[in-house]
Amino acid sequence: MVRHLLAASELEASEIRYILQVAKYFAPYVSRGETIPLLQGKTVVNLFFENSTRTRTSFELAARRLGGGTLNFASTGSSVQKGETLIDTAKNIQAMRAHCLVVRHSSAGSPTFLSQNISVPVVNAGDGFHEHPTQGLLDAFTIEDRLGSIAGKRVVILGDIAHSRVARSNIYILRKLGASVAVCGPPTLLPPLSKSLGVDYAYRPEEVLGEADVVMALRIQLERQNRMQIPSAGEYTRFWGLSSERAKLLKKDAIILHPGPINRGVELDPEVADSPRSVILGQVSNGVLVRMAVLGWVCNPQGLEEWLARGGHRV
Amino acid sequence: MSEVPSVLIQRGRIVDPSQGLDTLGDLLIEGGKIVAMDAPGKVPVTRAQRVIDAHGYWVLPGLIDIHVHLREPGLEYKETIETGTRAAVAGGFTSVACMANTQPVNDTPYVTAFIREKAKTSAVCRVFPIGAVTKGLRGEELAEIGGMVAEGVKALSDDGMPVMNSYLMRKAMDYAKAFGVPIISHAEDANLVGQGVMNEGPLSNELGLRGNPAAAEEIMVAREIALCRLTRCPVHIAHLSTEVALEHVKRAKDAGLPVTVEASPHHLILTEESVRGYNTNFKMAPPLRTERDVQALREAVQSGLVDVIATDHAPHGIVDKAVEFDHAANGIIGVQTAVPLTLDLVHQNIISLYKWVESLTIKPAKLLGLDYGTLRIGKEADITILDPGSVWTLSEDLIVSKSHNSPFLEWKFKGQVKTTIVGGRVVYEC
Repeated sequence: MVRHLLAASELEASEIRYILQVAKYFAPYVSRGETIPLLQGKTVVNLFFENSTRTRTSFELAARRLGGGTLNFASTGSSVQKGETLIDTAKNIQAMRAHCLVVRHSSAGSPTFLSQNISVPVVNAGDGFHEHPTQGLLDAFTIEDRLGSIAGKRVVILGDIAHSRVARSNIYILRKLGASVAVCGPPTLLPPLSKSLGVDYAYRPEEVLGEADVVMALRIQLERQNRMQIPSAGEYTRFWGLSSERAKLLKKDAIILHPGPINRGVELDPEVADSPRSVILGQVSNGVLVRMAVLGWVCNPQGLEEWLARGGHRV
Repeated sequence: MSEVPSVLIQRGRIVDPSQGLDTLGDLLIEGGKIVAMDAPGKVPVTRAQRVIDAHGYWVLPGLIDIHVHLREPGLEYKETIETGTRAAVAGGFTSVACMANTQPVNDTPYVTAFIREKAKTSAVCRVFPIGAVTKGLRGEELAEIGGMVAEGVKALSDDGMPVMNSYLMRKAMDYAKAFGVPIISHAEDANLVGQGVMNEGPLSNELGLRGNPAAAEEIMVAREIALCRLTRCPVHIAHLSTEVALEHVKRAKDAGLPVTVEASPHHLILTEESVRGYNTNFKMAPPLRTERDVQALREAVQSGLVDVIATDHAPHGIVDKAVEFDHAANGIIGVQTAVPLTLDLVHQNIISLYKWVESLTIKPAKLLGLDYGTLRIGKEADITILDPGSVWTLSEDLIVSKSHNSPFLEWKFKGQVKTTIVGGRVVYEC
């Protein structure tokens, strides 16, 4: 059985805890600049059908710090428009002896579709509005790092929930780890989610910010937005932006996350983004650790187990 | 045409709603027509050149599918009139009506004549073309409706491309009345559908796929009914899929409006849950809906609110389907699986045998004004013989259609078409 990471919805709580714990064990090695040789002789291919700098770079660093080689295959737009089908592209890359595909695609389900048609692990690096599981994992890692634990914490996700794969992955992971989650944003951007997820809804930030331990501000994707969903960026900022004024409603120790890149002055006031509450840069560093854990977990689970045992690390 | 041999079908259970008939008996075909029906063993064997033992089988009027895509002319890599009708007879259909979204579109008398002539030489069952409502299915100007009807078109539809301009649709309905053909509506508000690729709801949000809300269908069904009330042109709603749209139809029928409805087997069998896994063979328009909608649709077939079962047989090649869910073509092949899929509802007593046969024979015949769908003496011998108990599995090599885009591969079925007869000729035997 090939192991994939396609969606946070498919992860067991125990698997999430395992990945976060492994990432934690990796941290001191990484700060000492040591390689953890779990991907020696293996090649991870970043198959990106959508623009990305930070996620791709993060996966690339993660693979290298595990001793693996990386290859970037970027193609904007759909494979169909290029005249080559997605399957053909993936099979070609597999024929080049890739050991793992890290896939980003603008169409939901594309990593799942690929995983059904090739024989190496597939890691979803963001598919349409569906999921971005490694972002969810690194956010959970960051929250745990700052607040000690996730269970019992209140997380408010603020912004465009409808078009956010980050929101979906976070909701699954945070709920499985025992947090309560509220989503907040303009009603045009708040989709009806399954009741079984147990997520609360609010149209106005003032209703939920006071109870938050964590606020996750999402990027308002102005490029995808049209005037049928939000009248203007200015109106969004006025009613949903995380301003200094609104940040005063937060508890003393509440933290602020953002998956980046930030539209400064739109969803996040620059002062708030740079305030001590903000853990945004921490998210970026943690991203590499979590992606190392994920790559080890899917590409070399046995090697990872042995490495943990050798180091006396227990998960 | 060579002479048609005489055939005696013995001891079958003859079910023919056009005559209110459900009886054991013999059926004799001579010269391509039904000439006698009698009690089992009463018709002398010596009268026939061929005898078919139908003991334990059902003998039905040839089934009629008023919604297929044969793809010819222009899209022969998906299907041709020959392969599509071969698949149809393997599924028990003796007549099909093919939609206008070919290349070129069937929007002129010339394309209609081409389809008719091509069917004469290559089809193995009867083919009735459906003409476009608007030129090029563009929803801008009326197509040459009169000329197409003169060449044999039996209905009009911009299937797949809903006519969004209500003024134009109203004029089409007015105009069509002069030629006595119904308008078939693919009832979805295209703006509200937007880029939606599955039913909108919690599941579409979970899967991250853009939603197509039930409201898109409800609105369009309500509009077609309003225009029907205004024009009194017969309107047929294709592949209706939502509970609320059924309520609209019920009110229209209660008011005596000439509105009819079809349901496709996949909307009677599958729910949106199938879309998990992103298999593009579960992508169709309208999309698969919720359990509630499926239940409502099943009840509506039994109550007669749904008039017709039609497949929306939509062949697509690998290049159309083995792609990202967002980019995949809508639709699935259906003529070979319609009988066993919906027969299962008969086995489960959800739909009565009588209603089931009616919705596949006399009702679609009446809808298109066809002189088929009946086993009356003197009529053309279009007959479908089924073994209701035979258990079989749909393997890929059994698919007759040129395309293999079926979500029902490897499904196990109970009930199988044994013999299909068109105009007295056996065109399919299993």
